[in-house]
Amino acid sequence: MTGAPGAAHNPETTTPAAAASGGRSASGPPGTGSVAEWVMRSRIFDADDLRRAHTRIAHEIVERNHGADDVVLVGLYTRGVAIARRLAEVIEGFEGVQVPVGALDVAFYRDDIALRPVQPLGPTEVPVDVSGRVMVLVDDVLFTGRTIRAALDALTELGRPRAVQLAVLVDRGHRELPIRADFVGKNLPTNEADDVRVRLTETDGPEATDGIELWSPSEARTTDKVEPAPPTGGSA
Amino acid sequence: MKHLLSIADLTRDDIEEMLVLAESFREVTQRDIPKVPALRGKVVVSLFYEDSTRTRISFETAAKRLSCDVMGFSVSSSSVKKGESLRDTVQTIEAMGIDAVVMRHSAAGAPNRVADWIDAHIVNAGDGCHEHPTQALLDLLTLRRHLGAGLDGARIAIVGDILHSRVARSDALAFAALGADVTLVAPPTLLPSTLAGWPVSVSHDLDAVLADLDVIYLLRIQRERQNEALLPSLREYTARYGLTVERAGRLRKDALVMHPGPMNRGVEIAAEVAEGPASVITEQVANGVAVRMAVLYKLLGSGASGVVGPGAVVGASGAHVEGATLG
Repeated sequence: MTGAPGAAHNPETTTPAAAASGGRSASGPPGTGSVAEWVMRSRIFDADDLRRAHTRIAHEIVERNHGADDVVLVGLYTRGVAIARRLAEVIEGFEGVQVPVGALDVAFYRDDIALRPVQPLGPTEVPVDVSGRVMVLVDDVLFTGRTIRAALDALTELGRPRAVQLAVLVDRGHRELPIRADFVGKNLPTNEADDVRVRLTETDGPEATDGIELWSPSEARTTDKVEPAPPTGGSA
Repeated sequence: MKHLLSIADLTRDDIEEMLVLAESFREVTQRDIPKVPALRGKVVVSLFYEDSTRTRISFETAAKRLSCDVMGFSVSSSSVKKGESLRDTVQTIEAMGIDAVVMRHSAAGAPNRVADWIDAHIVNAGDGCHEHPTQALLDLLTLRRHLGAGLDGARIAIVGDILHSRVARSDALAFAALGADVTLVAPPTLLPSTLAGWPVSVSHDLDAVLADLDVIYLLRIQRERQNEALLPSLREYTARYGLTVERAGRLRKDALVMHPGPMNRGVEIAAEVAEGPASVITEQVANGVAVRMAVLYKLLGSGASGVVGPGAVVGASGAHVEGATLG
């Protein structure tokens, strides 16, 4: 079981910016039950870095699968869907193949439904029969792996792909399940309490600039590398 | 949200949130395998002290599509026949380890009483002449799919036996909560003696309001009412308040015809109208499953199950989360 200290954490009450990081903070960041000030520690990617990462991942997907004919890109809500569309655009640019893009909502397959409100983020839509094809799941941040586990359950109801691969923009570690990505934009060491925020104009509004940011709760700065402590007690 | 007892307990935001959730479940119900594991291991008891086919089957289908275990309880084959009280019955059932009770009872307020007695989540599936909240939510989901997200300014008439109808009360509250302009149309004998607290206007003349309506919602006329001298005759009711083919022709072209079922064809609605292009009656039934999935998911699957500490539950799904008042 994760997050005994984080059990009191309520994702709905973090800052709006944290909430905007895409409902994907599966069980974390833990230890933030007390209202935390979030501080941006660094901007990992700017728009150009992001574009290059998309380009490289797109090439790797095509190289690994000896072409793009059988590939279906399936994004996980919310940002995974936008990233999947971008990857499809890049692939069409250099390979001349229109790769089908789908969207997958995993809310009803999560294992933490009893622990916190889990809202569906959009309708599951996969435009083609995935049976016999290579399905590439696309998400923005790979953290505990629980979202991907839920996605693996959800996709069994869409058919039986020949293979399932995983592409993510950021792998931030702290896996709680035996899951790894096949295609990674950036491996990013983080503290468990940190929050990795991916910004995309499609999902964050036209005024947002594309990029990836690393945020931390302000009190964690003083204790940097240390295991995040449970919230100092007594305030309940 | 701990229980769903009445529409009156819900804010506009609560209702809209539930409808958005129901839209997701509509997509689930249209899949080849219309089932998700969301509430695996949860036990839902359907406790019906009154006859029902569609509501009961709709709830049980919804629960099964969420992977709940469903226990049916039928009064005719149970200890209720031996004189067991409601309180003893529900406490016995709860002792077996259940998570939710879907309950219909002929007494208004019975689900509220049960909610005080036991700790499980209670869903009101109709209590006497009081409320039938999931019917109102499925009606809203149906309207929303035709009229768009809000009902602001939509003109809706609810026609028929308002006095005995829990659907009328729940619908009037729900439609008004989303901004609709609701008119109750009925003979004076079938209206409550006071409409204080109802956000509606009243008319005794269907023909006068017909042409302006966006939606006409017909209620079932129960044949017993004729014996109670509330109606001169069913024929006279049909003549003044029935949606006949002739009246339907005077509706606006895009007006919708709704009915909660079961219908008395030829009494409150002509068979041709029930089958006609303006009728969304079968859609209402289909949307019932999605709405009831949303309700069960909201109650049982939103972190309000008591698995985590009270600190996490309070406010977890908005201001309406009830405190731990049910010792």
